[in-house]
Order: sequence, then C-alpha cells, then structure tokens
Amino acid sequence: MSTSVLHVENMTMQFGGVVAVNNLSMEIDEGEIVALIGPNGAGKTTAFNCITGVYQPTNGLISFYGEPMVCNHPQGKMKKNYGGKNADLYTSSHVLSPTPDKITYMGIARTFQNIRLWKSMTVFENVLTAKHMRAKQNVFSATFRTNRKEEARMRAEAEALLKEQGLWDVRDDVATSLPYGQQRRLEIARALATDPKLLLLDEPAAGMNPQETLELASFIHDIRDKYHLTVFLIEHHMDLVMNISDRIYVLDFGSLIAEGTPAEVQGNQRVIEAYLGVADDE
Amino acid sequence: MEHQLNRKKMSSGALITVIVTVILLVAVIVLENTMNANSMLFTVLKKAAVYSLVAVSLNLVNGFTGLFSLGQAGFMLLGAYTYGILTIPAEMRESVYYIYQGSAINFSLQGLFQGLFGTAGVGGAIGLILGVLLAIILAGLVAAGFAYLIGLPVLRLKSDYLAIATLGFAEIIRAVFQWDKLGRVTNGANMLKGFPTFSSFNIKDASGAVAVRLSAFMPLLIAALCIFVIILLINSSYGRAFKAIREDEIAAEAMGINLAKHKQMSFCISSFFSGVAGALFAMFAATVQARSFTSAMTYEILLIVVIGGIGSVSGSVLASFLYIFCSEWWLRFLDSGALPFGNISVPFFRNGFRMVVFSVIIMIIVLFFRRGIMGTNEFSDLINQTRRKAKTKKEAAE
Repeated sequence: MSTSVLHVENMTMQFGGVVAVNNLSMEIDEGEIVALIGPNGAGKTTAFNCITGVYQPTNGLISFYGEPMVCNHPQGKMKKNYGGKNADLYTSSHVLSPTPDKITYMGIARTFQNIRLWKSMTVFENVLTAKHMRAKQNVFSATFRTNRKEEARMRAEAEALLKEQGLWDVRDDVATSLPYGQQRRLEIARALATDPKLLLLDEPAAGMNPQETLELASFIHDIRDKYHLTVFLIEHHMDLVMNISDRIYVLDFGSLIAEGTPAEVQGNQRVIEAYLGVADDE
Repeated sequence: MEHQLNRKKMSSGALITVIVTVILLVAVIVLENTMNANSMLFTVLKKAAVYSLVAVSLNLVNGFTGLFSLGQAGFMLLGAYTYGILTIPAEMRESVYYIYQGSAINFSLQGLFQGLFGTAGVGGAIGLILGVLLAIILAGLVAAGFAYLIGLPVLRLKSDYLAIATLGFAEIIRAVFQWDKLGRVTNGANMLKGFPTFSSFNIKDASGAVAVRLSAFMPLLIAALCIFVIILLINSSYGRAFKAIREDEIAAEAMGINLAKHKQMSFCISSFFSGVAGALFAMFAATVQARSFTSAMTYEILLIVVIGGIGSVSGSVLASFLYIFCSEWWLRFLDSGALPFGNISVPFFRNGFRMVVFSVIIMIIVLFFRRGIMGTNEFSDLINQTRRKAKTKKEAAE
C-alpha cells in the first residue's frame, strides 16, 4: 500500500448560511494524479482554498503525510447556524489553522484559476522570488551579501527550472507580456520553485487551445515523474481529465457525488446527470 | 562559465551611478571649502539630504512593499528626540531644561566617549563622532522599536485604513512628546537645543578657526550610505519578497512568503531609516520641537515620493533635491518682490506668492509625468538602456 499524501476528512466550509463544501472526504496517495471535477459553483476552488489555508474550514480535518495539518469545528456563532454534518466529531481535537505560507512550507504548492503572477516582475524574478521561502539567510546576510552561496544556488535552480520549461529565452520579459499559455507554464514553474511534494493545479488548461491542452497533459506527467510529485487538479477539459487522472472525485452542490477511475466516473449515472451530460452540448 | 552566469554582476549603470555619487560628494567638499560658507546652496543641500533619506525610506514601505503608511513624521520625531536627549552636553542641560529644573538624564553620549578619549584634539573628535554616530543609530533603533509595536496591530490593515492608523500614530506621538509630565525627558512643548549639529563636524585648528569645512558633506555622506543600504536590501532576496507582496499578496502568501513577518520587517527597516533621518533633521535645524513634525511634513515627503516615482529610489532622491531646491531657494525671489537680476520690482511678487507658483509647478509635473519623474526606473537602468541602444546603433551602422 502506498503512503497517503493528503487525507481530507469530513471537511465542511460554510459562509454565513451557504454550505459551499459539504462533508467532503478524500484521500490522495503518493505519486497519483487526482482530479476534482464538477459543475460551476460546485465548491471545487473553495475546497482548494481550504486545503491551502486561504480559508479555514468550518469543520473537518486535513492531514498531510499522516500529520494533522488543518483541523476545526464549528465555533461561536457558527455553532448555532452550522448546516453541515458531524458537528461534534472534532470538538475535542486541537484547532489547527496554519497560514497559507506555512502550508506551502510543509510542501503544498498551488496555481490559481485566474493567473496570479507578480505582474511587473520579470519571468526570472517570478521564479527566483518563490525560492525565497527555503533560502537559508536572514535579512542582514541578504542585504550585506554574505549569503552569496545561497543566492547563487537560488539563481542556479531558478535558471534550471526556466530552461526546463522553455521559458529561459524570455527570462527578462515582464511576466504579463507573455502569451497566455506561457503564463500558465510560468505559474507552474513558480509553484515548482517552492519544492513541493503535492502540487495543486486550479484549472491549468483554462483558456488553452486543444494543442496546448494536449501538451499540458504530457507536461503534467513529466513533472510528476521528475519531481516525484503528487498532483491534484481541478479541470473542466474532460479529455485532459480522463487522459491523465488516476482517480477522479466529482463534486456537486458542495457534496461528493462520485469517485473512482475515469472509466467508473464516466459510467456513473449521477455524474452524467449533474455534469457530464451538460458538457456534451459543447 | 556556469558560475559566472549565476552570479549577478554589478551592471555598468550601477557602477557609473556609484562613481557619479562619489564625485558629487567630493565636489561638495571642494565647494564647501572654497565658496562662501553661508551660501544658500549648503543649507538646501543639507535639508535635501535629510529629505532624500526619509523619502527613500517612505518609498521602501509605500512603493516597494505596497503598504500605504503615513507615519513618517512620527518616526522622524522619535529619532530627533532620541538624538537630542542623548547628546545635549551635561553642562547645558540645566539651561535647556530650566522650566523643569533640570533633565532626568545627566550625561551625553559624546561626553561619555570623551571621558574615555579626552576632550581635546583628536581624542575629543573621536569621542564626538562616536557619540553622535551611536546616538544616530539609537535614534533609528528607537523608531524601529516603536514601529514594531505599532506594526503588530496596525499592519493587519490594508491601504487607506493603514494610512489613517499610521497617521493617527504620528499625531499621538507628537502630542505625547509635548506632555509636560514627561518634561524632564522631552522638555515638554519647549525646544531641545545645544546638541552637536552638522557644523560640529568641521575640523578646527588649534586657534578654533575652521580648517576644513565638512558640515554639508557629512549629512550627504550619511544619507548616501543609508540609501545605499536600502538599495542593497531592495535588490536582495528580501527586496524581491517585498515586491511580490506589493504585486499580489495572495500569490506571495501561497508561494511561502510570510506576510506578517515581511510587512513588519519592511515597516521596521523603513522606520529605522526615518529615525536616522529624524536625527539628521535635528542636526540640520539645531533644535528639536515636537511642533515641527506635523502631518504636513509627511505629506511633503509623500509628495516627493509621488513626484519622483513610486517604486524608484533614484526618483525619490532626485525629487527631494528638486523639491527642496525649488521651495527653499530657487523660488525665494517670488517672495521678495523683485526679480533676481536687475532691479525690477514686480508688484504681485509678495510673501506667499512662492507657494502659489510652486503648487502650479507641482500640478504641471503630476499632469505630464503621470507615474512620477522616474516611473519605476532607476538611474542605473536608464544608463544601461542608453548604452544598449548606442551599442545596437553602432552595430547597425557597421
């Protein structure tokens, strides 16, 4: 049996009276590529934001490599208004809510649905800055340049990453001047620069043409093998999802309605009704 | 080869900028010792040096980290008072603090050092310099310490709210320093005076006459060194992290940059240098009074940063010099009622007219340079660009 990388247990995210993610439980094992699909507004990105610490889930437990990472139970006003399940399951356990940077430090990196590059910085600086987190230096050694070795290492690694992504020739261009597909690649390169163990991709193929989508599929496979990553992605391009995923989770109205291999999910009646059937119209 | 590629080499533009700065500093020493020492030039140079340091430090938080802070006058006040309180000579304290029957602190830092090295000759000079430098550094540290405490709650705020909170802090600090219960330390609403000023740096011969004048060179040197350190910081890994926070906070946090820590760091470092500038301002003005560190002072500095270009150190420095030269010197004749040449009197030139013209000039600058004089460029970038252009032109010609 392989090691569990990400373990999500009974995760509920409630905003006011709206339950965006309802009692989601899932398991991602080392080296897998797992996809999360579902119609618009199903709560996929909210689930991502809970895992990466942008939101604190209202209830539930998230573990990373077996270690509890995020844990919460309904508190204060939410106690009365809570609309999810298992309200009492975690009341006795420790509340854990690390900030996104701490979660990234543990080894979870992400990209964004709407590209969030550092706009006026160059391609090279974008990747180099993501190396900042793991650099062994302090503000004095960095200012007075006694961290030369560390700085050189960061630059060399950023250079290697960019060369590999085919972005080395445009390294001095401002990030936003790149074509859309390259910006997506740069965002992935930047996420890889934080040395993650688990990579979360939020709609990596959004806005890409079929050719680019095809390239992306082999690209995701390549980086998974090269960096020994586990990949978890949200995607609407069904050919991409069915092509690369080992397993798929399907969300609808915040609840998990199906999980399994691509073949199993494609044959699932509820999934066809809620999501895939609609996609056929395109 | 690989190794060379990875190391960021100093660009020729940066090198030229450093060389030009050094030449200008040397030129100031030469001018100072040849020209009439009472010339307006040196007064405005001193003031511009102080302002350029505050402007760059404000730019570090506002322009490079994207935190809209308006507490600069407060931090300068802390620096100025720290410097003043620690360097008023023991024998003068009685007369300075006469309203409160003497000061609570009865030593001066340079006095302590002079106790070690002697008061006369070289020993006295070393004691003075060490004491003044230590006081300047402590001025920065006190400002940074306060910034840390204020930053804990305030840096959770964003944009306008942060501006209001920091502005409020500066006003509170100003009121607290005028409180007469603290009179034995701060001298209440009265001024502190008698501490070493820039002219204390002039080298005197045995008879007490000035041999080498350094009073305009020293503030410029200190400001240049501090700005150099800030430039090093901005170009380091931490500087890149600051810029990442400015560009996109959510992405910065997702890439592992601890927002609270880095914002706090930028805020404290900026305040440190504002505190140093405050000490320099005290030396420039020769007196310290809480009344002079109003919010109008912060706006003046903010105006300099905006005119120079938010996110450009060169712009802030250039704008400080232009601003101070114009407002204090070049436009003075507008107040005097006559043109600077000939003997023509102009009827509508009267007191206050200078500020009218000055405001119009600023409006014109802001209209024509929407992103400030320098935008986000630095001198070194411009030099590199021109050189690259010249090179391609030459190649095209061949």
